Amino acid sequence: MKQTLVLTFSLFVLLLGCSSEDSSNPNASVDFTFTHTWDGAIIDQNNLTSILVTNANGETLNFTRIRYLVSRFELVNVDTGATITFNDYKFTDLAQPLSYNFTPAANVIPRGSYRLKFIWGFNEEDNVDGAYPDLNSASWNWPAPLGGGYHFLQMDGQYNINSMPSNYNYHNGTARLNDDPPTFEQNFREISFDEIIAINGNSSIEVVMNFAEFFKNPHQWDLNVLDTPLMPNYMAQKMMQENVATVFSLGDITQN
Amino acid sequence: MTRIIYILIVAAFLWSCSKDDSSYEPIPYQLEIPEIFENTIIPPIIPSNNPLTEEGVALGKKLFFDPILSNDNSMSCASCHMPQKSFADNLTTSVGIEGISGPRNSMPLFNLAWNFNERFNWDGSALSLESQALEPVENPLELHSNWEELVSRLQSHPEYPEMFRQAFNTSVISAELATKAIAQFERTLISANSKFDQYSLGLTELTDQELNGLDIFLREDKGDCFHCHGNPNNPLWTDNNFHNNGLDQTFTDLGLGAVTGDPNDNGKFRTPTLRNLQYSAPYMHDGRFATLDKVIDFYSEGLQNSPTIDPLMKNVDQGGVQLSDSDKADLKAFLLTLSDPSFITNPAFQN
Repeated sequence: MKQTLVLTFSLFVLLLGCSSEDSSNPNASVDFTFTHTWDGAIIDQNNLTSILVTNANGETLNFTRIRYLVSRFELVNVDTGATITFNDYKFTDLAQPLSYNFTPAANVIPRGSYRLKFIWGFNEEDNVDGAYPDLNSASWNWPAPLGGGYHFLQMDGQYNINSMPSNYNYHNGTARLNDDPPTFEQNFREISFDEIIAINGNSSIEVVMNFAEFFKNPHQWDLNVLDTPLMPNYMAQKMMQENVATVFSLGDITQN
Repeated sequence: MTRIIYILIVAAFLWSCSKDDSSYEPIPYQLEIPEIFENTIIPPIIPSNNPLTEEGVALGKKLFFDPILSNDNSMSCASCHMPQKSFADNLTTSVGIEGISGPRNSMPLFNLAWNFNERFNWDGSALSLESQALEPVENPLELHSNWEELVSRLQSHPEYPEMFRQAFNTSVISAELATKAIAQFERTLISANSKFDQYSLGLTELTDQELNGLDIFLREDKGDCFHCHGNPNNPLWTDNNFHNNGLDQTFTDLGLGAVTGDPNDNGKFRTPTLRNLQYSAPYMHDGRFATLDKVIDFYSEGLQNSPTIDPLMKNVDQGGVQLSDSDKADLKAFLLTLSDPSFITNPAFQN
């Protein structure tokens, strides 16, 4: 009997030691999963170049490529106000599913309740021309005559697919206010969510991105007027910056 | 006791005579990363199963220039990839040992270790440099040999078995090892010493015309070349990606589409680097443009629409970006600053 008890106790200790998560650990880690949609329809590597969508202005369009950049993820503790900052950036190419997920490098978070925010593109401090070899290697640069730094978004395709197909290049980055003398405006945007995220263990946070919003709120986008070139178009750049505000929403939060 | 000593002597003799010496290691090749690449882009891709060695590179170089690779000993890799032409040739499409032209223009060879997508050839059909080197040897329109016979010729050659032993620690030659060696040599072909590289490093100045040409290159409302052809922070001057750049309304050569089977890829070809284009005329996958001026004219006024044309091609209904004559001249002046004469005369890359 004594032997059985000892064996049972040992097994219990062993199983406890082997459990994937130690509930006594006050810290956890997070990763982020980005889901890409058009008003609920999933866009991924399988249908990126085949899906046809219709924007708020009534134009039917397709995609050849969609790439974008977000950075500086922050989790703000709703009780203490303490901020966990991830100084990484996430460069996503919808043709590459491995780029959809993001695990921050420094990733130790005290358990608690948080709100999430991040930066669309790079903020002024981070948007340093040529500073990131991996982004340079992906030809993600925003030309120096337009203020330099990096693209925030590159969405290319054709619109009026069923009538007179024309190309569009919905590219977002630094806005050039004046050509001579050159004057530029930073064009990033802070994306923040009201929802409280309970982090009780290692967690996965889904961020849902609805590309239809780029053409909808607050500016209904008319591709017949604004198709290409948009990079040097100050007004178009500022409209993109305003429209991106409603592109992101929080999805499922799962504890691993 | 005598018997044991005898056995030990015989064993030692046999050990010394074995083809493979497990204690032998070829000398690692120190690939020198140019400062301009070190400053701007990520490190080159060197496959873990084919690290560069001094002996492997030397073997690859010998194979690259050796007509033994062709069926009639008349042509080598270098016949269509000449150092003085930035490892391309000046034919519209390359001609093989039978005197028949193939369907494609010879691609220049350099900075290949920085092809991060690892798809090679105009159509992306080769997924590594090693596998790229396999096909031309047997292609009837190129060297028209076959690997079995070639390996046999190499194996009975007075020098190659020893060179393979030094490179790969075995004198048993195979197609796999031969292409590994060629790929090693090709990865050493680095070009990073153009006038523009010197300008980027602060070692020289560009003329006003060249600077204006760069501006046209970078402006989305002018040339908009940079989306596919790199920029000063990506001095490869290619995205190594695949685009339909509007050459034709219908395709006789499907390019990437023939490889992937996806109709959305029809008419797409790998973006060639603009570096050293001074030496690599004619241009495009089929060599249709004899001069750089004709290429610039094409992007300005000659675009053809088709279902898979890349949306980055501007003003397709007007034929292109509509550059003025002075814009064209300035753009050309800038493009010529990407020439690296020290590359085409580098003694390490000559036969």
